[in-house]
Amino acid sequence: MNDMQTPFQIPSDVCAPQGAFSPRRIQALMLRHLYVLRRSWPRLLELAYWPLIQMILWGFVTKFFMGHSSWVAEAAAVLISAVLLWDVLFRANLGVSLPFIEEMWSRNLAQLFVSPLRDAELIAALVLMSLVRTLISVTPAALLALPLYDVWVFELGITLLAFFTNLLFFGAVIGITVAALILRFGLGAESLCWLGIFLLAPVSAIYYPVSALPEWLQWVALSLPSAHTFEGMRAVLFDGVFMWNHFFWAVGLNAVMLAGAALFFLYMMKRARIKGLLMQQGE
Amino acid sequence: MDGRILPVIEVQDLYKSFGGVNAVDGIGFRVDAGQTVALLGGNGAGKTTTISMLLGLLSPSAGSVKVLGASMPDERHKALGCMNFSSPYVDLPKRLRVWENLTVYAHLYGIRDVKGRIAELSDDLELGGFLERPFGELSAGQKTRVALAKSLLNAPKLMLMDEPTASLDPDTGDWVRGYLERYRAKTGATILLASHNMGEVERLADNVLMMRAGKIVDEGAPNDLIQRHGRENLEQVFLDIARGQNKGQAQTNDRGGAAA
Repeated sequence: MNDMQTPFQIPSDVCAPQGAFSPRRIQALMLRHLYVLRRSWPRLLELAYWPLIQMILWGFVTKFFMGHSSWVAEAAAVLISAVLLWDVLFRANLGVSLPFIEEMWSRNLAQLFVSPLRDAELIAALVLMSLVRTLISVTPAALLALPLYDVWVFELGITLLAFFTNLLFFGAVIGITVAALILRFGLGAESLCWLGIFLLAPVSAIYYPVSALPEWLQWVALSLPSAHTFEGMRAVLFDGVFMWNHFFWAVGLNAVMLAGAALFFLYMMKRARIKGLLMQQGE
Repeated sequence: MDGRILPVIEVQDLYKSFGGVNAVDGIGFRVDAGQTVALLGGNGAGKTTTISMLLGLLSPSAGSVKVLGASMPDERHKALGCMNFSSPYVDLPKRLRVWENLTVYAHLYGIRDVKGRIAELSDDLELGGFLERPFGELSAGQKTRVALAKSLLNAPKLMLMDEPTASLDPDTGDWVRGYLERYRAKTGATILLASHNMGEVERLADNVLMMRAGKIVDEGAPNDLIQRHGRENLEQVFLDIARGQNKGQAQTNDRGGAAA
């Protein structure tokens, strides 16, 4: 090794005052996950695999019900759209929680938190990564619905964007909450990534209207942005009407819940600093 | 202002307890600019806990920690851009190639010329042969050099190192120590390291803080400690202190906050 070298070039830009919220640090953290994704075809395949299988399965269920259910026959796309939007919610949740767990698996959390990265930047990067992973997940399934079942979900137009955005943010709310719990309770609680979202599935009124639930459970459902979004989706598909009240409820609930989830995460970070959890994370 | 030079690290009456047990028990010390200070002690002496508090990863139960003038952990963002950390017990993402890892951290530290800086460090630390390889596939020595490169990306004023040569062969360990000596000589950086390697501490450290059961039980330059304890080398001093024996001067200082 070259012991005689004395290079030690010092960059002139280091140790400068760091901004309170830096898009570049968010980009850096996204880059870390994009590097992994772009080179790993099994990971990309895995992202798209389950939504495709769901689409194929529910597509044939829809075809069958078309001849046996007047409700489904009224709007052939209702089940297929529900499947796709459920996957948006599911993947958005995993899109936040899995990259966070990956930092724990790779024992990288301490390195991140001794860098200038802020907790809020970490949350922002995870939400943006969730958007990327969700788009990779559901786009092939959405495209496949056209040749297989003659359903073009993009016909929903701007309303699809409204549903997608609301579910993306609600998925992020669940993902941030799960990440905070895993930070507190360790990798032994990692199954919460999958359990948490399925706990909400029955009251999200994905495949049936909220009115199908018992009355007391309807109140629970209507306190979730997901139920408002799926009600809105059915209104568009059955009646051709965009229900603004459901849209605004979903947006409002998402705003409150996103703020709550972020505060919960920051609180858990503070607890992790008190309990010494940031140095101990790993497999 | 009284004209004193501000220390790079100033720790006062610091406590950290877990479940009623004090992992750090009322320590105090200061580290001035350009010094290399070693934290020495057996397993469970409180070294890593102390370093974690200096890094802002752990909140003190009581007392204060100031690093580069910033109170940790509340004001950590004032200091974290000017310091860095290396430990064999904290990894980098294993699936990322070496250059990808360094690129991510260069962006996190706000380096403008990312490629140029990585090229400089690659030359300095001889990373060229494995820049394209995933971090997880590297040998322990190669990983140490990459971790060192990561910790030097921002040319830190303060480096905190937890057992920087643990699990390295003697040749690689010697090279790392040589590199740290040259780095400090060229940049005037301050280094605080925790180590079990007495030769390393004797070679690198201007000052040694001996820890046992969460307390600093002795402090001084390596040669002063050896003389004071009437021993031939630092390892014998370490064993005396770790086993609770004091030969030579037979003095165990109660360091509670007195060193600051």
